Amino acid sequence: MTESRPLSNAKLGVLILLGAETMLFVGLIGAFLVFRMGNDIWPPLSHADIQLPRLITGANTLLLIISGLTMFLALRAVQQDQVKQLRIWLMFTGILGLLFLVIQGSEWIQLVHKGLTLQSGIYGGIFYVLIGCHAVHVLGAVIWLAIVVGKAVAGKFTAVRYTGVETCAIYWVYVVALWPILYVLVYLV
Amino acid sequence: MQDNENMSHEHEHDDDEHHDHAHDDNDTIEHTHEHDDDEHHAHAHHEESFIRKYIFSLDHKMIGKQFLIYGLIMLFVGGGLALLFRWQLAYPERPLPIIGASEKYMEDGEVVTGADKMWERIYDSDKEEWLEAHMPNGVVEPAIYNMLFTMHATIMVFFVVVPILVGAFGNFLIPLMIGTRDMAFPILNMLSFWLAVLAAVIMAAGFIVPGGHASAGWTGYAPLSVDPQWTGVGWGLNLWAISLLIQGFSSLVGSINYITTVINMRAPGMTWLRLPLVIWSLFIVAILLLLAFPVLSSALALLIFDRLAGTTFFTSTAEGGGDPLLWQHLFWFFGHPEVYILILPGMGIASELVAVFSRKPIFGYRSMVYAMIAIAFLGWVVWGHHMFQSGMRPGMGAFFMTTTMLIAVPSAIKTFNWLGTMFRGSIRFTTPMLHAIAFVSMFVIGGLSGIYMANTPVDIYIHDTYYIVAHIHYVVFGGSLFAIFGGIIFWFPKMYGRYMNDMLSKIHFWLTFIAFNCTFFPMHILGVGGHRRRISNPMAEAIDVVTQEQLFADMNIFITMSAFTLGFVQLILVFNFVWSIYRGKVAEKNPWNVNTLEWEAPTPVPHGNFAQIPTVYRGPYEYSVPGEESDFIPQAQPEHAPASAGD
Repeated sequence: MTESRPLSNAKLGVLILLGAETMLFVGLIGAFLVFRMGNDIWPPLSHADIQLPRLITGANTLLLIISGLTMFLALRAVQQDQVKQLRIWLMFTGILGLLFLVIQGSEWIQLVHKGLTLQSGIYGGIFYVLIGCHAVHVLGAVIWLAIVVGKAVAGKFTAVRYTGVETCAIYWVYVVALWPILYVLVYLV
Repeated sequence: MQDNENMSHEHEHDDDEHHDHAHDDNDTIEHTHEHDDDEHHAHAHHEESFIRKYIFSLDHKMIGKQFLIYGLIMLFVGGGLALLFRWQLAYPERPLPIIGASEKYMEDGEVVTGADKMWERIYDSDKEEWLEAHMPNGVVEPAIYNMLFTMHATIMVFFVVVPILVGAFGNFLIPLMIGTRDMAFPILNMLSFWLAVLAAVIMAAGFIVPGGHASAGWTGYAPLSVDPQWTGVGWGLNLWAISLLIQGFSSLVGSINYITTVINMRAPGMTWLRLPLVIWSLFIVAILLLLAFPVLSSALALLIFDRLAGTTFFTSTAEGGGDPLLWQHLFWFFGHPEVYILILPGMGIASELVAVFSRKPIFGYRSMVYAMIAIAFLGWVVWGHHMFQSGMRPGMGAFFMTTTMLIAVPSAIKTFNWLGTMFRGSIRFTTPMLHAIAFVSMFVIGGLSGIYMANTPVDIYIHDTYYIVAHIHYVVFGGSLFAIFGGIIFWFPKMYGRYMNDMLSKIHFWLTFIAFNCTFFPMHILGVGGHRRRISNPMAEAIDVVTQEQLFADMNIFITMSAFTLGFVQLILVFNFVWSIYRGKVAEKNPWNVNTLEWEAPTPVPHGNFAQIPTVYRGPYEYSVPGEESDFIPQAQPEHAPASAGD
């Protein structure tokens, strides 16, 4: 019945996992929207002086989207058995992911200094929890990618054996695709 | 897309990567062993170590049994908690029997009984003992009453019914009934069980932390659950939330496994519409668990932040703050699909039992499947019916009322299909069949009372009364637990190679059935009479009025006696279960003459399940086919007569 198995177990498992991840974010985004729409003035007056760093985060968004493209290039490289290029693109993707986290982290530090903390009402609370939840996912994806890079360096992937790259790529692209939604909702609207 | 050769290489790679037993069973059968990875060979041909076989097992059957034992142990913990608060409801402020102090000791400190001696020792000791703080003299205090009913429900829902129905039956049945050697990800499967154990340990730890265990109800409504000053509970509630988060991970891992296995690893010829209904139900439930639990996880995470990090998601503060109703929305958006997670596998098990013991094809196989899908779908759009009293626009109330009542349609389809299956069948009243019939009839009572409370105007009256308690217990005890008991007795011969003792099973069934109805039916009357739920002392004095609760003292005593009977009767089941594992009558391969694939496997089922992966030629319910010699035709039996229409 191989013909009725268009997806390997591993790929299918990751796709199913994404269903659960989506519902986790549905819960958190739902909470965000309840707060956002329940308050006519956003940010609330108590935080009127807080400006979220829209511009830098916008650039950061671009970084993450590029990392999605490099991940795609890595996948195409391994499909064409270009093992060396696979390694380069994977590492490039990982570095972009790390850069995203570093920039976001430094922004957070500035925001905390400006007085926006987890305790500063629902505005600060939901900001850090929702964006932080995504950051944890990026971190998880980077760690996963590091393992995949290790395997790529050890030469474990070829044009016919690359499920390990594919599953990681699916997860990576998911985490990347999620970000613009959060960016628009939390930073822009 | 890659070509076929490409694909099979990939699979080998998977196996290698994830120590995965997901061999290409579906390739030509003769070559199965050549496709197996080394690890599987080690399992199949060498004696496994004790730890590998019984503790950190990768075998789906052993993990299923582990979940079963886990669930049964937790059933007694959860039931025991219920008996403690039932005592308080019948005999408020009186010490518990056996462990409570005697009246004489409470009045003038004279030691009369052994229990008195125990209390004397506890009071004399310098350190604050748990019992002293929680139940002085063995009397259930109001705060502890809250803790008891909270933990009773939490344990029954998350640690008994789901682990047994989904964990035990899902693990044991899915690979056997779809005809494969194991789950898609055996290591994840083991992880799922041990995460559940970790969650249970953390949940148990809540009982011994200062301040006691969670006592905001199993629904953990905010803001009650948010601030320790309102419940007096500190770390107990944190541990409650953390434990449920971990249980969520366990369910997540389990459901990824189930869904992948059912989609990818069915035996040749096992098409979707040849799947046994219990597998359909477990598949649908896995999807529900996968999508519902993360929503609870998000709510629990926010709750933990509120409790530990000083956020205000679920409380109002002077400068605006959060929204207590948000918790209810998130909780019930998870909670209502959860209710169907508790009942759908029971429906699946009942479908198997009813068809097998009526010796007839299941009536309306396709409609059964579609009805389950419809119930699972509708389960997502009804959560508001738990919140009619929380304040809701009338338009929204009408919406939730309508969607809730719509669920009666697929439920009724299923009920009439079970009746249609039994109608004019050659019914065999074996003990599993008795349980299945009990399931159907009790589910009808529970389902019908559900329609009443779906009505917003009616619900305003019966909300938070014992009517709700009666309803939930008719569905979850009368439904799920009877299905569980029936399923255990039915599949016991395949699990352990022996029958359970039939006389004991029958005694257990009838006593349970009677005690169950005596316990929970009167609660309908209490509820309509206005007896509130979650009242620790129904006899509490009120100024100048007789409360509704006081009128029901006799009925409360009757319910409590029935509940104790119900609890103690379950010991028969445990004795029978343990005794039969070692001393039961040895069972043959297919003792009930069933069609489905699990009975094709040798008994006891070896690691890897089947000597050869069976090929499926027909649907699962071809019983009493006209013109056939035998009244059952196993799914793996090749066609010999003109093709029958079963699908």
